[in-house]
Amino acid sequence: MAAVKGVDLRSQFGFHTIAIVCLVVLYFPILILIIFSVNANDIVAVFSGVSTRWYEKAFYNEEFHNAAKNTLIIAVSATIGSTIFATLAAVATTRVAPWRGQNAAYMVINLPLMVPEIITAVATLSFFALLGSKLGLNFGIGNIILAHLVFCIPFAYMPIRARLETMDLTLEGAAADLYATPLKTFWHVTMPLLMPGISSGAALAFIVSFDDFTITQLVAGPGQTTLPLYIWAMIRRPMTPEINAISTILLGISILFILISFWIAQRRKA
Amino acid sequence: MKQWLLGMTAVVALTAGALPALADGDLHIYNWGDYTNPKLIEKFEKQFNVKVTLDDYDSNETMLSKVRAGDTGYDIVVPSDYTVKIMIEEGLLEKTEPSQMANFKNVDPRFVNIYWDDGRHYSVPWQFGLTTFAVDTAKYSGDINTLAILFDPPAELKGKINMLDDMNSVIHAAERFLNVPRCSGDKGDLKKVNDLLQAAKPNWKTFSYDTITKMTSGDVAVTETWNGAAYRMRIAMPTVKFAMTKEVMEGWMDNVAVLKGAKNAENAKLFQNFIMDPENAALISDFAKYDNGIMGSHKFLPKEFGEAPEINPPAGTSSEFVPPCPPEVVEVYNKIWTNLKK
Amino acid sequence: MATTELTAPTPGPAAPEPAPSAQLSNAQQAAVRIEDKARISRWLLTAPAFVTISIFGVLPLLIIIIYSFLKAAPYGGVVWSPSVEAYVSFLFQADIFTDELVFSPDFLQIYVRSFIFAVGTTVICLFLGFPTAYFMATRSPRQRNWWVLLITIPFWSNLLVRTLAIMFIIRDEGLLNNVLIGLGITKAPITILYTDFAIVLGLFYSFLPFMVLPLYASLEKLDFRLVEAGYDLYASRPKVLFRIIIPLSRPGIIAGCLLVFIPALGAYVTPLILGGGRHMMIGDLIAQQFGSGRNWPLGAAQALILMSAVLVALFFYVRATTGKMKHGQG
Repeated sequence: MAAVKGVDLRSQFGFHTIAIVCLVVLYFPILILIIFSVNANDIVAVFSGVSTRWYEKAFYNEEFHNAAKNTLIIAVSATIGSTIFATLAAVATTRVAPWRGQNAAYMVINLPLMVPEIITAVATLSFFALLGSKLGLNFGIGNIILAHLVFCIPFAYMPIRARLETMDLTLEGAAADLYATPLKTFWHVTMPLLMPGISSGAALAFIVSFDDFTITQLVAGPGQTTLPLYIWAMIRRPMTPEINAISTILLGISILFILISFWIAQRRKA
Repeated sequence: MKQWLLGMTAVVALTAGALPALADGDLHIYNWGDYTNPKLIEKFEKQFNVKVTLDDYDSNETMLSKVRAGDTGYDIVVPSDYTVKIMIEEGLLEKTEPSQMANFKNVDPRFVNIYWDDGRHYSVPWQFGLTTFAVDTAKYSGDINTLAILFDPPAELKGKINMLDDMNSVIHAAERFLNVPRCSGDKGDLKKVNDLLQAAKPNWKTFSYDTITKMTSGDVAVTETWNGAAYRMRIAMPTVKFAMTKEVMEGWMDNVAVLKGAKNAENAKLFQNFIMDPENAALISDFAKYDNGIMGSHKFLPKEFGEAPEINPPAGTSSEFVPPCPPEVVEVYNKIWTNLKK
Repeated sequence: MATTELTAPTPGPAAPEPAPSAQLSNAQQAAVRIEDKARISRWLLTAPAFVTISIFGVLPLLIIIIYSFLKAAPYGGVVWSPSVEAYVSFLFQADIFTDELVFSPDFLQIYVRSFIFAVGTTVICLFLGFPTAYFMATRSPRQRNWWVLLITIPFWSNLLVRTLAIMFIIRDEGLLNNVLIGLGITKAPITILYTDFAIVLGLFYSFLPFMVLPLYASLEKLDFRLVEAGYDLYASRPKVLFRIIIPLSRPGIIAGCLLVFIPALGAYVTPLILGGGRHMMIGDLIAQQFGSGRNWPLGAAQALILMSAVLVALFFYVRATTGKMKHGQG
């Protein structure tokens, strides 16, 4: 009989409270952000009355539309790409018999983590400029996506790898015993088990790409402004609650996006 | 899951594939953030049937880094005074000869023979202003028109001051207060500057470009800032006053220039001429609330603007444009700045 | 680096083991075939990530390394003539008057400061993030995905606007102080904004998901039968936590710590805004060299010195923990 019979063996003292406190701390500023988006006052810091004019302004603001569109395209592409690449790489480098080049692969994959952002920014700018002038290669917004891929991959890779390391290989061994091909094993056994790791990795990659400013600023070309660039460039000018409105709008769109894909995924399962 | 991935990819591809409507020509402008009146762009687009894209930067150095790297795709940039000089010297600008353009006669003669583009062969004035500081007179009622407010503040203001996070603005202001020359290579002068800054730092609360929010939120009572920003502060907080110091003040001017090798150089030249028209210059000023360098624009602007104290320095005050300092001096400035902020 | 693959992994069931009799069983033969194909396909699997980062991450970095060994151009940029000035000036600056090179601790001071903040942030994120991740991992399977979503949604808002909101809450005349004073808990406002505490708060806020999500990914797979076994052996709750749960979630802890510590070292936007800019961090310092400091080689050198320091620290960490892990991962 368990010594602590009658009590949920999973719970730990205070963990529940800490988790809730963390979530409250995370959400409180977001609440403020949303409330201030209906601030009637010009000035971002002082609240005086409710008004929806900032949403109106945002609605007609073409620069915002362009920036939001770019941000989403880049973030979604970089997230999907980096998660796929990271999953493949994680599977190949974790808990496997050591193979030549494994360490090199690990180091290269995690290298972008270590480079200060401004350095990556200047380096990538110089690199793409070289590509553009010497080889005539310019992928348009693809340049930004490639730059984002580079720093998103390690963020996607780490949680997936952590997940793999905690996983039990007996299931895969069982599949092999049943003559399943590596591909089938991967798709039907490994992937589903890996899902929490993959979704964690994708979530991190999205966050990191969505808010990136330093690197995107130097790599972006004409018409490729993203939302962080647009908002940050306003820092020397009076900031009106319009930035709250556009943040809230984009937040709403992102949530909608994810809810829709969740819903589609649930439908498929049913 | 696979279907979900496919669907997501389709959405991305569709949105990425949506092309802008093609027009008679394009123009790619790279300007400071929130600095361009959309109405100005619309008017230009209609008048010349050109499709304009506008992208933002937050500092001269960012823009300069990109332009230096090359192949940016931009046609027009809006560098500040010293940056124009650097760009001309490095061969980054197209010699468009605004002095030969139709609207050139409207340019205020004070701004034709300036150090960064003598005779205006590359650039056209966009907006100009002053950099000193603003004070909330509700917190201090004494004389604010002296740099002593920043460097040797009265008791009520100690610890309530924001300085710009800008090496040049802060160091030059210190030089003005100490009455030593700008960009002075003299070691004794530089030491004095360093010591002054170290002594003054405890009185400063923050270093930030976000000056308007700092004042209006009440975080600080004094902030180094630009006159247009002070104008905005005053509208929100009537007790704010912009200091016109007895020491010479820092002037700056942003200019519209065309990048060398710009693809749409002809449209860019049209734009340069376009903004030298007083009515269009008025549109520029109306948006960012800074004065422009074109004569006759004030009659298209609201009276309060033309008469605002922020853009009308009183007699007896003066301002200067400061050229970039030589590299050896910048090296020492860098040390002073790191020493200040470590 | 910080994980087990540097040592020979514990043989899984798929590794061929010579049976006492000379004949390999059918299953073992199949396993050997799979193993061979797997070796080749491992390279292929890593290729997309490896190639992308090599071309668009490593090559650009080489450019920076080259820059660090060049001279600074007068107005920014580089002049193509070799020099180690940048590295020398990291520790030695010419004295203003004598032009002699003297040891200057300025940069080191900034590095140490950033380092302390990064360590502090990592520790706080770990202490508060672990319970959060554990909480998420122990919800019902249907709920878990929603919790992952919940943790990340706040970060789909823009950083600057979010930071402004935080400032609104913690400034002297902000929401928090107004509430505290209104409730009579304090008389004078508590200064939070523009202090070091605000910086840590901001960093903690920004990096929490980077700790929670990897931890969650590894905790979610936790085999609670082991926990139950611990309780069966009359272990107390803390003992179960420290002897069973934490060691089992080590991969997640390591991943989380790396994903927080390393980026936090270079973080500068949030500390700049919340800290007031009175003290530089590494990111700030390096950015300054590419800005009005007009000294690209110095900025490049500073970054490379930072990266080398991180690599060295990681190397020693791996050396120290590899032995322990081999033992613990039985």
